[in-house]
Amino acid sequence: MKYLLPVVTAAIILSSCGGNDAQQKTEESSSSQSAQTANGNPSYDPNRGEGKFTHVEVGAALDAAKAEAGDKVYAVKCGSCHKLSDEKLVGPGWKGVTTRHSAEWIMNFITNPDEMLDKDPKAQAMLEICLVRMPNQNLTDEDARNVFEFMRKNDGVK
Amino acid sequence: MLHKTPQIIAAFIAMVLVTGYSCKPKDAGTAVGGDAAAKTYVPPGKYDEFYNFVSGGFSGQLSVYGLPSGRLLRVIPVFSTDPEKGYGFSEETKPMLNTSHGEVPWDDLHHVELSQTNGEIDGRWVFTNANNTPRVGRIDLKTFRTAEIIELPNSAGNHSSPFITENTEYVVAGTRFSVPLDNSNGDVPINSYKKNFKGTISFIKVDPQSGNMNIAFQLRTPGVNFDLSHAGKNKSHGWFFFSTYNTEQANTLLEVNASQRDKDFIMAVNWKKAEEYLAAGKGKKETVKYAHNIYDEKTHTATSKIETEVTVLDISELKDICYFIPCPKSPHGCDVDPSGEYIVGSGKLAALLPVFSFDKIQKAIAAKDFIGDYSGIPVIKYESALYGEVQKPGLGPLHTEFDGRGNAITTFFVSSEIVKWNIKDLKIIDRQPTYYSPGHLCIPGGDTKKPNGKYVIVYNKITKDRYLPTGPELAQAAQLFDITGDKMKLILDFPTIGEPHYAQAVAADLIKDKSVRFFNINENQNPYVAKGEAETKVVRNGKRVDIYITAIRSHFTPDNIEGVKMGDDVYWHVTNLEQDWDVPHGFAVKAAPTAELLVMPGETQTLRWSPEKPGMYPFYCTDFCSALHQEMQGYIRVSPADSNVPLSFSTGTNLPPADSTDKAGK
Repeated sequence: MKYLLPVVTAAIILSSCGGNDAQQKTEESSSSQSAQTANGNPSYDPNRGEGKFTHVEVGAALDAAKAEAGDKVYAVKCGSCHKLSDEKLVGPGWKGVTTRHSAEWIMNFITNPDEMLDKDPKAQAMLEICLVRMPNQNLTDEDARNVFEFMRKNDGVK
Repeated sequence: MLHKTPQIIAAFIAMVLVTGYSCKPKDAGTAVGGDAAAKTYVPPGKYDEFYNFVSGGFSGQLSVYGLPSGRLLRVIPVFSTDPEKGYGFSEETKPMLNTSHGEVPWDDLHHVELSQTNGEIDGRWVFTNANNTPRVGRIDLKTFRTAEIIELPNSAGNHSSPFITENTEYVVAGTRFSVPLDNSNGDVPINSYKKNFKGTISFIKVDPQSGNMNIAFQLRTPGVNFDLSHAGKNKSHGWFFFSTYNTEQANTLLEVNASQRDKDFIMAVNWKKAEEYLAAGKGKKETVKYAHNIYDEKTHTATSKIETEVTVLDISELKDICYFIPCPKSPHGCDVDPSGEYIVGSGKLAALLPVFSFDKIQKAIAAKDFIGDYSGIPVIKYESALYGEVQKPGLGPLHTEFDGRGNAITTFFVSSEIVKWNIKDLKIIDRQPTYYSPGHLCIPGGDTKKPNGKYVIVYNKITKDRYLPTGPELAQAAQLFDITGDKMKLILDFPTIGEPHYAQAVAADLIKDKSVRFFNINENQNPYVAKGEAETKVVRNGKRVDIYITAIRSHFTPDNIEGVKMGDDVYWHVTNLEQDWDVPHGFAVKAAPTAELLVMPGETQTLRWSPEKPGMYPFYCTDFCSALHQEMQGYIRVSPADSNVPLSFSTGTNLPPADSTDKAGK
């Protein structure tokens, strides 16, 4: 017992220290992340939003094929909550949405809603009105581009 | 300051334990190391290192715990209905519980085996057995749901199951009760056991890609009780070992009458030889009936097919498939070490633990070193098969697992302890009490070629004072031991569901990243799916009304339905349109004499309902889904059979206001 006790004590200290290190590391990394946001990430552009889309090529005329594909995505994944008029259902109606936000902002928001709702002022303002966090409907990049084209069609682009 | 807290807690717990120990040295609760808290503490938000798949015993379900925390992560319904998940209640899942006897909504799930490749756990499926109405289930570890259930003909009390070969070529199922065969007349005197009762062992082939099971063949054996089994590995791959009892062939008071013989048998089965006989056309096709149920994750629907034929190999005629090895006193566990050389038989009533040698068994067979036969099966001389005996190991040995460092750990029910011993020299290294009376035990990978000897989890049969009292019925007690040192250290108690028998554990890394998060709605092939609200509808076909309804945070479409009448058979086909992780929607209708539906994102599930009387029936989402979850509701109006209220359905459109005393229906 005389021999064992110090070993056991040492084990307690060692293992609890080890645990602490791991925990501290996570706390540090998460706090440094939030610090970035609080200080205003220099790369954060409220017109672009947060997500993978930095520059979207948008033609002057409508890409009808894309718009049609976007219509199909809308029917399955968006139409339950968004009307095509300006009437709010669960989320805001889509009429005029392409004039209110950039292509990049829209495509980032519909593919990365959780992060956007956590940091984007315009997304947060909408959440205060709608009170339902927009679900991530797991759109592919192509889906997102097609949906944007469908929104343009809905806004009268020919 | 924050980072010191766990250290303080650990020190405090250690202090309490030390103090407790000095005051009441005989209290079972104090037999625990001072570093136990640190060893089992998983901080909030962190993952456990192991998944522990634990049989739910007479709950019929499979429970999943995290280790070392002992936190319950999930209960997977397998052989019993589960109203919480709609399992066995939704039209899609009802066929899973179909058998040749009709729907059997409960069973007793005893044993659990993870699929293996090259003798190591591959993290694809878990197999489980139903002990009462013999069935084997397969759970898919991508979805943690029951993917398949196959019934076993000519069987009763499917106990020595579902043990597997080292590449999951076969899952076996040996009958505990010998019975008259399914296609013979079972209406015979019970005491005609010796004449009319037969044993069977089913070899279920597993498709290496899909995992789908099919009974490749059954071995017909003399009427005895098959208890447990394990497959050979490495050099003994190609062989299977089964423990037997009641070789006395008693049919009453087995407690006494099946304990007469000094030795029962371990049956060694050369399944490669059986395969040869099968290929040579030695099998006899027999007419039987058994259900084979498969759940399809594309249609989100189970189908049940009744199969009508099984191929039988009779081991009394094909004499070189099976050999009996005498094993002291009603053997229970039958466990093969990681090398495949040593086979441990645990005689429940024996005061020693025999270890058999695969090499010696082979030599004895080659030299025909037999002491006679049992119902035509050669019986190998005990000493010729024996490697050695562990002397005075404890009382009531049941099960053995291996730590991968040359040691075995065996549970002793009667003396309530686990005992660690060396396989080579058969010397006892350590013994620790458990609380109380252990049955099974589990070391991660402990019955494979490659155990991970970090922990042993012991599943006790008796709980008594281990937890706060909860009336006469108590949860069963599992105990976690650290086995990295010479001494096994008790570090955690945790309660379990049902009565756990076998369990398996595996490193979480092998499974966690493959977990499905939601079902792709575009791949949903349920015939009643509504892919978007545009496809929602209510369709009448005679007395049958199909409601294609969608759920998304936070409304149903349609949520106002009229025109349903008494005598209608209403099918609610609920499609969850969400495409994100952890957003199920629930669905319940007032007074429906069934369970809720719990519909995963992208899935369609169906609730069948025949209204009992005319009136207004609300329905709502049962699984809190958003800030407006409480608003997620609707009404269905049920009118008398002779009413002419037209069928209508809508969401967000109020019909023209009607008089409150509206008699339009009449």
